[in-house]
Amino acid sequence: MIIDLQRFLATERPAWTELERVLDKLDAQRLKQMSLEELERFHLLYERAASDLAKITTFASEPDTRRYLESLVGRAYAEIHETRQRRPQAALLGWFFQTLPQTFRRHIRAFYFSVAITLAGCAFGGFTIALDPASKPALMPFPHLLQDPAKRVAEEEHATKDILSGQKTSFSAQLMTHNTRISILTLALGMTWGIGTIILLFYNGIMVGAIAVDYVRAGQTKFLLGWLLPHGVIEIPAILIAGQAGLILALALIGWGKRISLRARLREISRDIVTLIFGVALLLVWAGVIEAFLSQYHEPVVPYSAKIAFGLVELFLLCLYLGMSGRQSRAGVPPAPSDPGRQPKGRRDACPTL
Amino acid sequence: MKTATLRVHTPEGIVFSQLLAGPVTRFLAWSLDLLCIIAMLTALGILFGLLQMLSANIASALYILSYFIISVGYGIACEWAWRGQTVGKRLFRLRVVDAEGLKLQFHQIATRNLLRFVDSLPIFYFLGGIVCWFSSRCQRLGDIAANTIVIRHPRIAQPDLDQLLAGKFNSLRLYPHLAARLRQRVSPAEAAVAAQALVRREQFDPIPRLDLFANLASHFREKVEFPAEASDGIADEQYIRNVVDVLYRTKS
Repeated sequence: MIIDLQRFLATERPAWTELERVLDKLDAQRLKQMSLEELERFHLLYERAASDLAKITTFASEPDTRRYLESLVGRAYAEIHETRQRRPQAALLGWFFQTLPQTFRRHIRAFYFSVAITLAGCAFGGFTIALDPASKPALMPFPHLLQDPAKRVAEEEHATKDILSGQKTSFSAQLMTHNTRISILTLALGMTWGIGTIILLFYNGIMVGAIAVDYVRAGQTKFLLGWLLPHGVIEIPAILIAGQAGLILALALIGWGKRISLRARLREISRDIVTLIFGVALLLVWAGVIEAFLSQYHEPVVPYSAKIAFGLVELFLLCLYLGMSGRQSRAGVPPAPSDPGRQPKGRRDACPTL
Repeated sequence: MKTATLRVHTPEGIVFSQLLAGPVTRFLAWSLDLLCIIAMLTALGILFGLLQMLSANIASALYILSYFIISVGYGIACEWAWRGQTVGKRLFRLRVVDAEGLKLQFHQIATRNLLRFVDSLPIFYFLGGIVCWFSSRCQRLGDIAANTIVIRHPRIAQPDLDQLLAGKFNSLRLYPHLAARLRQRVSPAEAAVAAQALVRREQFDPIPRLDLFANLASHFREKVEFPAEASDGIADEQYIRNVVDVLYRTKS
């Protein structure tokens, strides 16, 4: 096509500038809602720019104009063909009481799978320590867990000095960040088709099972419950939810029984795994505080029965929250699926260039 | 270095392409981001060092939390605030975009950044780099999971041809219809090669310079055949000058 470039540029540039202005406003979120006229005008400007791009694509002398138009058309295309529901910035409370528990329940099978792997690990760790107590160093590579449970309990109960004095806050921060890192890794390893996630969950289960059996065999069940329950009832479910997120990712990668493409499957779950991992981080903040400020204190400072009761109340509230929260609103207004099966109409491909 | 373009075909039948960033450029951008993170942590270390005089416990806790938030949240915060860019990406003119040309969403940014934990295994993004190298869209694992790509938009500097071409008679301009056909048939890449050859002509040794312009002239002569009086007797280099003049300067 032979065109008079100077005239073409002079005629079309005002329309491109107008389109760019609209796009800038949309980017800056200054256009909350467009009127029908504005939408029609926006669509017209997009189609005009797209048509201009088609005209100028083969025109050698204006590579800058072509790039500019490509960028403009690309931005407008993203705005016009974006079909994912635009949610208002969810208030934190709304997200916490509705989105997170609803997301958790929507993928409950992955959570059960995560629990099953951890329980298998617990059973393995428990049986191993029961049959071969000498394997303790291999199963629990933490020095403070290697000593005899009865001896440790005696030391802790007769301690005259608070070993965490002046360090509780920093200890709490260490616990929060370390556990959150492990949780993110558990999620991220879902990209190994779930193998890494399963290994981490199983290993976590081995440690929990081994510690539990070690203390029960030593007759320190009450100490064990008082020590682990206050933070464990939050921390362990948090790791299980991180495992759930990792398994959701793995299942999307594998795609059993789904006839949609890998990209579509990953799009479906991307928002959900982010929701879950943010929820896990919140739970671990709470667990970190409790572990530093309560779990490390034993009788006679804090009665075991009080700590166990506190842990059970937490567990009940957590179950109530994950199982029931957000159900009422769901009955009224069904929550939008994570990413409604959106497939833009265009076709894409990637091709190597010289 | 691996480079590729992502072509998006819109329902209107328009195709636009985006240059994909290769693993090496991305690694360099990440190295710069790492320096930014280190600088921020160093500044915080000094700040919390002063705070330690008031409470060592609180200062230490704040540093641990800040370290975690900055190291994990830097990419998320920057890419969300700057629409897919971090400091390193800005300097290397890279941008994270949706793999299908759609609007980048927060959960995509969060996913690709959280999955850095697996991409960075065992050290220095080895796994992510390998995956990126072999991926047709130069995606690391985080990009695959989040459905994102990293594109680059290099600054295109128009050669300053005015000084090079000004005041010279151009015989090709005597045939405006053929000049227009030449502009239509020559691709932007071909035009850029001819312009670069002219701009850098003094850097070539005499014989390679003659060969280069002979090849270019022969290539452009095949594109559009001008009458003999317009092209005969002109040196190859002058012929290329005329071609570039026609392509880049639409007004004589």
